[in-house]
Amino acid sequence: MLEIKDLHAGIEGKEILKGINLKVNAGEVHAIMGPNGSGKSTLSKVIAGHPQYTVTSGVIEYEVNFKKLNLVGMEPDLRAREGVFMAFQYPVEIPGIPSSVFLRAAFNAICRHQGAPEMDPIDFDQYLRGKMKLLSMDEKNIDRPVNVDFSGGEKKRNEVLQMAILNPRLAVMDETDSGLDIDSMKIVAEGVNKLRRPDNAVILITHYQRLLNYIQPDFVHILYNGKIVRSEGKELAQEVENRGYDWLIK
Amino acid sequence: MSDTGKQKELEANKLAAGDYRYGFHTDIAEDKPPKGLNEDTVRLISAKKKEPEWMLEWRLKAFRHWQNMHEPTWANFEYGPIDYQDIFYYSAPKQKKPSPTSLEEVDQELLKTFDRLGIPLTEQKRISGVAVDAVFDSVSVGTTHQSELAKHGVIFCSMSEAVLHHPDLVKKYLGSVVPYTDNFFAALNAAVFSDGSFCYIPKGVHCPLELSTYFRINAEDTGQFERTLVVAEDSSYVSYLEGCTAPMRDTNQLHAAVVELVALDHAHIKYSTVQNWYSGDKEGRGGIYNFVTKRGKCAGAHSTISWTQVEAGSAITWKYPSVILQGDNSVGKFYSVALTNHHMIADTGTKMIHIGKNTKSTIVSKGISSDHAHNSYRGLVKIMPSAEGARNFSQCDSMLVGNHCSANTFPYIEVKNNTAVLEHEASTSKINAEQMFYLRSRGLDLEESVSLIINGFCKDVFKELPLEFSVEAVKLLEMKLEGSVG
Repeated sequence: MLEIKDLHAGIEGKEILKGINLKVNAGEVHAIMGPNGSGKSTLSKVIAGHPQYTVTSGVIEYEVNFKKLNLVGMEPDLRAREGVFMAFQYPVEIPGIPSSVFLRAAFNAICRHQGAPEMDPIDFDQYLRGKMKLLSMDEKNIDRPVNVDFSGGEKKRNEVLQMAILNPRLAVMDETDSGLDIDSMKIVAEGVNKLRRPDNAVILITHYQRLLNYIQPDFVHILYNGKIVRSEGKELAQEVENRGYDWLIK
Repeated sequence: MSDTGKQKELEANKLAAGDYRYGFHTDIAEDKPPKGLNEDTVRLISAKKKEPEWMLEWRLKAFRHWQNMHEPTWANFEYGPIDYQDIFYYSAPKQKKPSPTSLEEVDQELLKTFDRLGIPLTEQKRISGVAVDAVFDSVSVGTTHQSELAKHGVIFCSMSEAVLHHPDLVKKYLGSVVPYTDNFFAALNAAVFSDGSFCYIPKGVHCPLELSTYFRINAEDTGQFERTLVVAEDSSYVSYLEGCTAPMRDTNQLHAAVVELVALDHAHIKYSTVQNWYSGDKEGRGGIYNFVTKRGKCAGAHSTISWTQVEAGSAITWKYPSVILQGDNSVGKFYSVALTNHHMIADTGTKMIHIGKNTKSTIVSKGISSDHAHNSYRGLVKIMPSAEGARNFSQCDSMLVGNHCSANTFPYIEVKNNTAVLEHEASTSKINAEQMFYLRSRGLDLEESVSLIINGFCKDVFKELPLEFSVEAVKLLEMKLEGSVG
């Protein structure tokens, strides 16, 4: 589904990713771990197409519905419509716009692109409430402006809700566990688990191992100084938890 | 180049630059006396309207006063000098039947024009729930739903008709809120005003329809000087809407209107404007100078006047819809969205003059500026010594799109009674790159994302508009901003 080859990218002339190689197949969950400043968030933003980051070389091959695309150079909205989703580490507030309006606009933009019928507000309301129930979310938030005055936990759960609504093929979750207490983390993890399917894939970017107790990854990669320095099965996460990163990076 | 040739070229330009779908010109013969302004012009306009002597006298007094006035220069913009002798002051479409007695007899070309503007006038097609007075250049071509309104005692007609058929009301209220001595453009308007709408809501009547006037400038080099007067008697209610468009031309045209509102005891007037005059091309050529005086007087106790405006057109907008809060416990409101793009300029805001006890005013102003535009909020809150317990809340927010535009806020406050409570909030923001990325990463394209952010920003104003207008306003802003972001 996703194959990143020798990806170099940075911001304002400073190279942060220094040759990333990563292959993700449908149905898999990959965890990417690493110390602060290793390039984890940059990787997620580069996959999603943040305009402030520049890719200097390499490709991000993405295969969906028998189409092979190079995400590099594609507009972020086009990537989203092709099924790429990024859960933000710091979700952004959009004052004055109810979540329901925003989500329906996004959902329909994706439907239009994929040739699926759009949903009217009444049907969408039902669909949205169904997904909120699935994620044990309070339905009263449906008309609140997007992320405005949401607590940290509510914002993160709202990201998972968006993922549930937009139904991506590839979800990149950027430190979705950071700032969450253990109960919120369990709810978020449960949500992600419910959304796992054989035809979609998840990249979990995390600083800590504890999220991986609730979402079982198929692979764990350690990112250090812009490169993946180690890739193994889920045991690697536990080993990092026990021994830290130092032994991996010297 | 012929007028139609020019028109075509401009339309082609505009298609390349973004869409102004009201920019067409109606080819119709005009009754258009020569350019220039003197006492004879004033007499001629008055004669065309078959006005009584008192009306002509008032106009002439205004004209003589205007001759001794100077064009104001305090606004936060500059514009080329206006040659008042190089303007047509009167232009009326020549109709096959000179004075149609019903809308069905109005010239087909005119009916077609209003159809094309989305304001069908004929019985079978017109919009239910909204009565329309359609003004084309210097004259009203017709007013819908008049008989239905008459059943409730509501008078809704063109200003010219009102002068002839309701002289007592006109004499009593015309100039009572905006006297001809008020300012340069108000004096000019009083001298040469050609048409506009008159509404009178009798005591205790909740006007059953939305009343609306649609202003269309068509003829070249004409000025449009319309005058609107709304009088709401004790305990009455009216919601009035106003829309405006003009063809695309590469010269500037002057629109200097006066609107007066009078609300008596417990009366409530809600006045909404969606202004979409042609704003000039991408380089700032052409467009309307929209220099307007709008003022309401809460003459009665517990009366309410609320102005809501969406200003999205005109090369220059210069207006301050104001409320004189004379009656005790009266309420004034001002909700405004001013959108400027390309080289547009807006200097707009309000004045709230608190005279009565426990008077309250609310000001919510949202300015959006993109490309090379300048957008200023200018407002005055004045608390007179008599205004015991007055309250004001003002919120002025500006949003900048791009790096070449500017926004200013000029809030003036004068308090002469220390029981007053005033609150003022102001903010300036740029469309935030992180917000844009967030929305786009969810599949919304550039324009959809901007439109959502702008809608959110303007929500407090849009919710004050009558429903069908608020949909229109949202579409209008989206259309204007198309191509401005990126």
